[in-house]
Amino acid sequence: MHEWALAEAVISAVSQIAEKEGIREVTEVKVKVGELQQVEIDILEYALSQLKTEKFEKTKFSIEKAEARLKCRVCGHEWVFNKEKLDEKTAEAIHFVPEIVHTYVHCPKCDSPDFEVLEGRGVWLESIKGVK
Amino acid sequence: MVDPRISVVNERLKNIENIVAVSSGKGGVGKSLVASTLALTLAKKGCKTGLFDLDFTSPSTHLILGVQEMQPKEEKGIIPPEVYGLKYMSIVYYSGNQVTPLRGADVSNALIELLAITRWEKLDFLVVDMPPGIGDATLDLLRLVKNVKFLVITTPSRLAFETVRKLVSLLRGLEIPIVGIVENMKMDDSKFIQTQVKNLGLPFLGEIPFDNKIEDAIGNVDKLLETVFAKKVESIAAKL
Repeated sequence: MHEWALAEAVISAVSQIAEKEGIREVTEVKVKVGELQQVEIDILEYALSQLKTEKFEKTKFSIEKAEARLKCRVCGHEWVFNKEKLDEKTAEAIHFVPEIVHTYVHCPKCDSPDFEVLEGRGVWLESIKGVK
Repeated sequence: MVDPRISVVNERLKNIENIVAVSSGKGGVGKSLVASTLALTLAKKGCKTGLFDLDFTSPSTHLILGVQEMQPKEEKGIIPPEVYGLKYMSIVYYSGNQVTPLRGADVSNALIELLAITRWEKLDFLVVDMPPGIGDATLDLLRLVKNVKFLVITTPSRLAFETVRKLVSLLRGLEIPIVGIVENMKMDDSKFIQTQVKNLGLPFLGEIPFDNKIEDAIGNVDKLLETVFAKKVESIAAKL
């Protein structure tokens, strides 16, 4: 239920934005979830539904997965993160702290651990709609 | 695109009375040993204490404490396990003893993640073992954590103190409280550091003699707390 902590962050961040923008009723929140973190979308959705406050009564949470794309800083090779190639313990470590990917994953072409996560790291707020 | 994690960082830390970042301008001055011993001493005195190792690329507090094969409990986030009376959090729960090469942006992301998902209980003190210098972890801690104060470690070396001077200048510019400066690994009776600290108008919290028995105590907390080093740290803890 580590997803619960991330759902709290989503609700808290949207509440702060709504407050700042003068939104009294949030109608739609688009969330992107990077595949690197392997967030369980069902659990995230459930946590969001349980954490809703008055402002979120009519909110539609749209959660979209984003492929995790990695690029080697040494040879420039780009590839897509694939959790299936990892053992359970390693996948779980990356789930909690996605940067741990640098401990266990190397560039498939030149074996360097020096790569960047171009996209698809963790949980991001894509957009918010609401009634002022 | 908004990173939602930042909005919960101070919520996660709201039940902590004192967040003390043990920091220095240079590496190798004994931060991790001071931070670990300080946390153990505070816990021994009856204060509810946590220890958070923020040196992600070169963590060492787990070696000092002799922590092995432990995992945080997952409960609506992660709950730091208890180690010798401390709530203890480190990236090594996930990286093990493997090398973790991280660039600045990765350090920032890992730091934000752990701050956002770690559920600390009510604590009197959270001692933070900082990586050396004024890089990403220090800047992020200053950016994200509202009520942090710094305990700065130096050695008798003028080189170490010059880097401390820069760290102090940064902290002062940002109006961050500095608890004081500790002189570690002292080998003679020079008053150079003490005078410099006084000239900066900061509290000189004490000097710790170079203790050649400390290496034998690494990984053995009972032995560590019996060292001259620990007795000196105890007198520093009393000043916090």
